[in-house]
Amino acid sequence: MSILIKGGRIIDPSRNFDKVGNILIEKGTVKSYPEDIKKLEKASDVKVIEAGGKIVAPGLVDLHVHLREPGYEHKETIRTGCESAAAGGFTSIVCMPNTNPINDNASVTEYIMLKARTEGVVNVFPLGAITKGENGETLAQIGEMYEAGCVGVSDDGMPVMNSKVMRHAMEYVKAFGIPVISHSEDLNLSGNGVMNEGYTSTLLGLSGIPSASEDVMVSRDITLAELTGTHLHICHVSTVGSVRLIRAAKERGVRVTAEAAPHHFTLTDKAVAEYDTNAKMKPPLRSETDREAVREGLRDGTIDIIATDHAPHSEDEKMVEFDQAPFGIVGLETALPLSLKLVEDGVLTINEMIAKLTHLPSAIINVRKGTLNPGDQADIVIFDPGQKVKIDRESFRSKSRNTPFNGWDLKGVVLYTIVNGNIVYSV
Amino acid sequence: MAFERKHILGLQELTAEEITLVLDTAESMKEVSERDVKKVPALRGVTVCNLFFEPSTRTRSSFEIAEKRLSADVLNFTTSQSSVVKGESLLDTARNLEAMGASMIVIRHPMSGAPWLLARTLDSSIINAGDGSHEHPSQGLLDLFTIRQLKGKIEGLKVVIVGDILHSRVARSNIWGFMKLGAEVRVVGPPTLIPKYIENIGVKSYFSLDAAVDGADVVIMLRIQKERQDSEFFPSLREYSRFYGLTREKLKYAAGDVTVMHPGPINRGVELSSDIADGPGSVILEQVSNGIAVRMAMFYLVASARSSS
Repeated sequence: MSILIKGGRIIDPSRNFDKVGNILIEKGTVKSYPEDIKKLEKASDVKVIEAGGKIVAPGLVDLHVHLREPGYEHKETIRTGCESAAAGGFTSIVCMPNTNPINDNASVTEYIMLKARTEGVVNVFPLGAITKGENGETLAQIGEMYEAGCVGVSDDGMPVMNSKVMRHAMEYVKAFGIPVISHSEDLNLSGNGVMNEGYTSTLLGLSGIPSASEDVMVSRDITLAELTGTHLHICHVSTVGSVRLIRAAKERGVRVTAEAAPHHFTLTDKAVAEYDTNAKMKPPLRSETDREAVREGLRDGTIDIIATDHAPHSEDEKMVEFDQAPFGIVGLETALPLSLKLVEDGVLTINEMIAKLTHLPSAIINVRKGTLNPGDQADIVIFDPGQKVKIDRESFRSKSRNTPFNGWDLKGVVLYTIVNGNIVYSV
Repeated sequence: MAFERKHILGLQELTAEEITLVLDTAESMKEVSERDVKKVPALRGVTVCNLFFEPSTRTRSSFEIAEKRLSADVLNFTTSQSSVVKGESLLDTARNLEAMGASMIVIRHPMSGAPWLLARTLDSSIINAGDGSHEHPSQGLLDLFTIRQLKGKIEGLKVVIVGDILHSRVARSNIWGFMKLGAEVRVVGPPTLIPKYIENIGVKSYFSLDAAVDGADVVIMLRIQKERQDSEFFPSLREYSRFYGLTREKLKYAAGDVTVMHPGPINRGVELSSDIADGPGSVILEQVSNGIAVRMAMFYLVASARSSS
């Protein structure tokens, strides 16, 4: 069955394409941009999707997702995580290695790839661990994981504290041309901190995580990227300091890219005020000054992309004392409306926003996704940027409900998500 | 005015009027404690549970006496283990107590915000008996009560809080309480134990005890936790005591009728020299007996708010 997407505003920032038109999908690929569609509309084997007034864009790409499988299937599985992604307009997601067992060798990578192929409705690209068991000491089987399908290595959740180990990892990945994706945090400075160190943590009597905990490590990682020449990608930038460090590094030509998460450009640590564990994540929600710096970083290109850090946790795990609750919130199904808010606020144009959610993240992991050239695999999202939506966590496809945005009134509704020419989600 | 709160979680949320109402009510409760038969029927038929996740003989006993003087049925649930170690969540524990008929839960917990979790989820009234480094409202109220009784007012007094401000729930409750009633509040301690953002609340912070105590009407000494010296907050108790321990010598800079308070238990010779702890300006034992009256007032007001809603 072919699909004709009719009359939408097609935005493909990878080639500065922004026109109202039609897209014909055949055999899983973008066949053409037909102008005369009279015949096609009448053909019995063509499904027509009316997209007038809607935006048709490359399927979104999320570089930072925790799928939790294997090991934590009560939080999320590859199947439910992919469904959540599809509902959010994402057609490709990159999953973090901190599963159980940790993805530190090819057999775990192969397991994830197999599960994703058989049960997942979107494309899944795994990241391997930097060190064995994320112990921060000995390198994981990076080459074999690369062969099995890993598109990069990351220490997300358990930062590599030993700078020499990090240096060796950055050198070693050069053999495979994959990036090191760093959760930059000095664990000693973070101590037993559970939220941003600031006025709110002082009032609440909660242990703080200072901004310096991120800044110190971003600085170290940039220094090592400079030393090794490796492509360093910095996860979830949350502070004024790290935006400044990354901007300066880019100016002098260091191969560094960076991402920001919707919660960091939307919320501040005030969201924790009543010990809401759905406002507990790492890095923590920061001050207003930090939030503004992240938005400015997105605007001026210091921060290349938007990534969700989708981190599902079960209700039972979050309904505990703030200190005991795990870090993280779900993000796949709220990312698009929260990103559209950046457009409404004048931080990004719609084209810039789509770029940061499509071809720019794909480029970081060197995969051909996030474009709509004729001949490309047909991964497409159709959304209405102006349609109002009230976030309802009960409607999430994700297995988990841990969001601080429940009940928020936003704009932006995903109407269709198409992967490889198949409709995997529609409202 | 009527007290309309179902819970007392901290002094940050209370208005000056509400705090004054608690103190005024405590005056009449104190009168009950001075009778031969120290009992009134205010909480007859009400089951109050003291849910203590930290050992605390003093606070728990004070709450228990207050409950009994108001004729409540008292259920004590004390565990030094955290709920997680035990394998049962805090919410499940509390729900069980509620199922046994408790309609007021007094909670002491080592983690900040634990009472909020219960208040959000349960039907019972929650009284915070100290949560982590957050607040200890009954201690704050009884300190206010004691000072008001002694000096006749709170407004305009210079109040100094000395020690581990970073980790102290007593400090936070006292800061809010004294500030709301119009006192000038100063905090002093080693820079590692003074939060960087504390002045945003409206207090003035000092690193020198001599400077902080200058002209003070009230000095509140915080208990220093011995484990803090092992986590690089200060080099040794000896050095801490040398710079931040209160001695007769340092107290010279304070007002002539300065009052010295300590929430107990005292590390004698560390925070306070014995001559001060036992001296004429010390109200440490007075604090303990006032604690009962203040806690009775808290129960009384919360119970009447419950029954009127």
